Amino acid sequence: MVASSARWKWSWALRALLLLLLGGAYLAVARGGNAYLERLAILFLINLMLVVSLNLFTGLTGVFSLGHIGFMALGAYTSAILTLPVALKAVNLPDLPPPLNSFALPFLPALLLGGLIVMIIAILIGIPLLRLSGHFVAVATLGFLIITRVVLINAEAFTRGTRTFSGVPPFTTLGWAALWAALNLYVAWRVKHSPLGLQLIAARDDPWGARGSGVDIPRIRQIAFGISAFFTGIAGGLWAHFLTAFSPNAFYFSKTFEIIVMMIVGGMGSISGSVLGTLLVMASTEILRNLEPGFAIGPWMFGPLYGLSQIGLAVLLILLITFRRQGLLGDQELRTEAIAERLALWLERRKATVGALRARKADPSSS
Amino acid sequence: MSMIGSLGFWIQQLINALGLGSQYALMAVGLAMVFAVMRLINFAHGTVMMAGAYIGLLLLQHGWPFSAVVIGAIAGAAALGLLIERIAYRPVRGAPDVALLLNSFAVAVFLENMAILLFSPRSRPFPMPALLTQVLHIGGNLFLPSIHLWAFGSAMFALGALALFVTRTRLGLAMRAAAENPTAAQLLGIEIGKVTMLAFAIGSAMAGLAVILWIAHVGTINPTMGFEPVLKAFVACVIGGFGTIPGAVLGGYLLGALEILLQGFLPSGIVGYRDAFVYGILILILLVRPGGVLGYLEAERV
Amino acid sequence: MDDPVVLELRDLEAAYGAIRALHGLSLTVGAGEVVALLGPNGAGKTTTLRVISGLLRPVRGQVLYRGQEITGRSPAQIARMGIIQCPEGRQVFKSLTVRENLLLGGYRLRDPVRERRNLERALALFPMLKERLNQPAGLLSGGQQQMLAIARALMADPEVLLLDEPSLGLAPRVVEEVFEALAQLKAHGLTMLIVEQNAEKALDLADRGYVLESGRLVLADTAARLRENPDLIRIYLGR
Repeated sequence: MVASSARWKWSWALRALLLLLLGGAYLAVARGGNAYLERLAILFLINLMLVVSLNLFTGLTGVFSLGHIGFMALGAYTSAILTLPVALKAVNLPDLPPPLNSFALPFLPALLLGGLIVMIIAILIGIPLLRLSGHFVAVATLGFLIITRVVLINAEAFTRGTRTFSGVPPFTTLGWAALWAALNLYVAWRVKHSPLGLQLIAARDDPWGARGSGVDIPRIRQIAFGISAFFTGIAGGLWAHFLTAFSPNAFYFSKTFEIIVMMIVGGMGSISGSVLGTLLVMASTEILRNLEPGFAIGPWMFGPLYGLSQIGLAVLLILLITFRRQGLLGDQELRTEAIAERLALWLERRKATVGALRARKADPSSS
Repeated sequence: MSMIGSLGFWIQQLINALGLGSQYALMAVGLAMVFAVMRLINFAHGTVMMAGAYIGLLLLQHGWPFSAVVIGAIAGAAALGLLIERIAYRPVRGAPDVALLLNSFAVAVFLENMAILLFSPRSRPFPMPALLTQVLHIGGNLFLPSIHLWAFGSAMFALGALALFVTRTRLGLAMRAAAENPTAAQLLGIEIGKVTMLAFAIGSAMAGLAVILWIAHVGTINPTMGFEPVLKAFVACVIGGFGTIPGAVLGGYLLGALEILLQGFLPSGIVGYRDAFVYGILILILLVRPGGVLGYLEAERV
Repeated sequence: MDDPVVLELRDLEAAYGAIRALHGLSLTVGAGEVVALLGPNGAGKTTTLRVISGLLRPVRGQVLYRGQEITGRSPAQIARMGIIQCPEGRQVFKSLTVRENLLLGGYRLRDPVRERRNLERALALFPMLKERLNQPAGLLSGGQQQMLAIARALMADPEVLLLDEPSLGLAPRVVEEVFEALAQLKAHGLTMLIVEQNAEKALDLADRGYVLESGRLVLADTAARLRENPDLIRIYLGR
């Protein structure tokens, strides 16, 4: 074992390094002037929020919510409707009922309101749904996703139905996305390592034991569900003000599938895993998407292969579930202490080997 | 259309419900059989149906007579079902329920996008013989689309054959036994692997038949056509009694009747929300009586 | 020449994950013999049967059937060879009728003639099943289900019958009936290996017995001598 003081020193050094790297990356993208990279970064941060929020609930409770993108949709539409300038409202949403059609909110209040409304809806539907288990709750939440979509398509006065909802002010900057993502990560981390988090994990791994210890399983699930939905709604709002135009199709199965794959790659229940998973999956899908119009390997031309990125995701998920269900990190976290320990041990061993070699050189007769 | 309240109106609705219900019943049975032997909710069931449609179109374009096309579609669907079972599901047999569910999602996404890759996302027309698409005029205001007759007839035939199979044949009995208690079945010499393959083959074949009926309604096929049917099949199973063949059949007809009723009686402002009502009822049933009408299951409760 | 040893276990070691359940178990069952496998709860008796039937792969050791190694074969394969198990808890197919349960017993035979003959024989041995042929098996009482399970196993014309706790959860009078039926089967020359908590009834029926404790063989003797053995009482009562 390494001396705890050495471990502590290295751990803080690593944390400082990480912060420096992140800060550097942020500045590079923000000031770099590369619009493509900046868009990718914002998309990454929004996806990260979606994955971490879903993982916060599904990972800790073991309950699969297939309806989370419904929360994203509600958050997106709510904040978009609230920020849409009054003039545009008259044109795009002529049937919008008063008082909604007479004001437009600034970004932050609209976002927060969106998140709050989504959280309330989540808590309400959670009361009946979270009492189910296994694939029953997965299917029930799927029903929620579908119902949300049907409602969005039919409430044309609010959403323009299947037509594109456009003209959303482009409020989402890299700064806003980074801020909210950081907040989301922080809250998720704290929840996971809090008594609530421990109770959730206990309830997931041993429900009868947890109940016997007095844990109120439905209630703690509600809380996790609510927090998770809140940030998902915020992510939806950020997304709406990033793309500035969207329709209900964006919030259906492909997005759900994408987020689930990211979560499983990283590891269900691991927050640092979600970061890695989102990064890896986004990188692969970007590569595959760029190959879709067609590419050449040597003399062979591969024609347009639309849908290649989705196929890649599907194959990835099947392989993961068959061979490595826990993804990269399972439900463990990358801890700076653990890394620091390994680093320090490795250094000590190197010192020892070097020292032994030096001793041998000085006195070849000793063993 | 007949006026609400008249006998003709109700007969019309009944005919529509039986036609639609037959479709749903055929789709739902396939889902139920796979769940019974593997505890897997097979979301790829819809894509198997879609594959049957494309195989049928291919055969049609090569000049095969329509009855052969139907058989080809059914056989093609069955073959694909077996392939999926072998490659994607057998390796993860015994995994937790949600892992199986996700796997079936992934298979569905894979197949759907492969179809988009191979056949383009455009809808293609699927010409149907007039025999199936004609509408018979039975006096007064009563119209009988012949497809409903065909649907009901073929469903009765297929489901009847299935019923005989599971009750009167050795293999059918073995399948029911394996569904209820795989360990005890194995101890009597029943190969669970073979029985599972059989369930997939039969279930997928039913989907192949159902897709022909579906196409007769919409006239075209496209790679994402299987998505909605598998969801409807799932709702049908839950309504009737999840995981059992009688439950699937009953649920299919109840769902058909429910949709026709909602379509007919919801005020025009809300009729667009019809599907929301249907899925809302799904959630209600899961909460209140997860075993469906026939009440077999007890959903795990927290 | 017919080898008198039908079933043999050699140095069997089995585990559930990290937990060792059997430590080097060896035993034999001869043709026409009834052998009892006894021991307190958790001794590894059910585990032994699971290994024989192929439901559990042993870590080490062999299972031999008529001199041929069958370790690691699938349960269905082993059943089709004629080693039929009546598992713990009856495990009849509750949603199927009594007749359907019995017909399934004959699955491995693929011979409707033999099936019919076996059905008549089974119903002759267990007449109370005859009245209930078309009832769902789930409606039968515990004792009747046990009879059904045994009858179902008989339908397969077993070479070796493995029974796991046939007396479990049954009233004493019913246990009598069950063991009477088993005695008749013994009289017909059926080879049986019986796992039982009820040592008394098992040793009344058996020719020989083995006693397990915590996965190890601690006693092996003829049934007669085991019945008199004071150690047996100690093992069961933990004194």
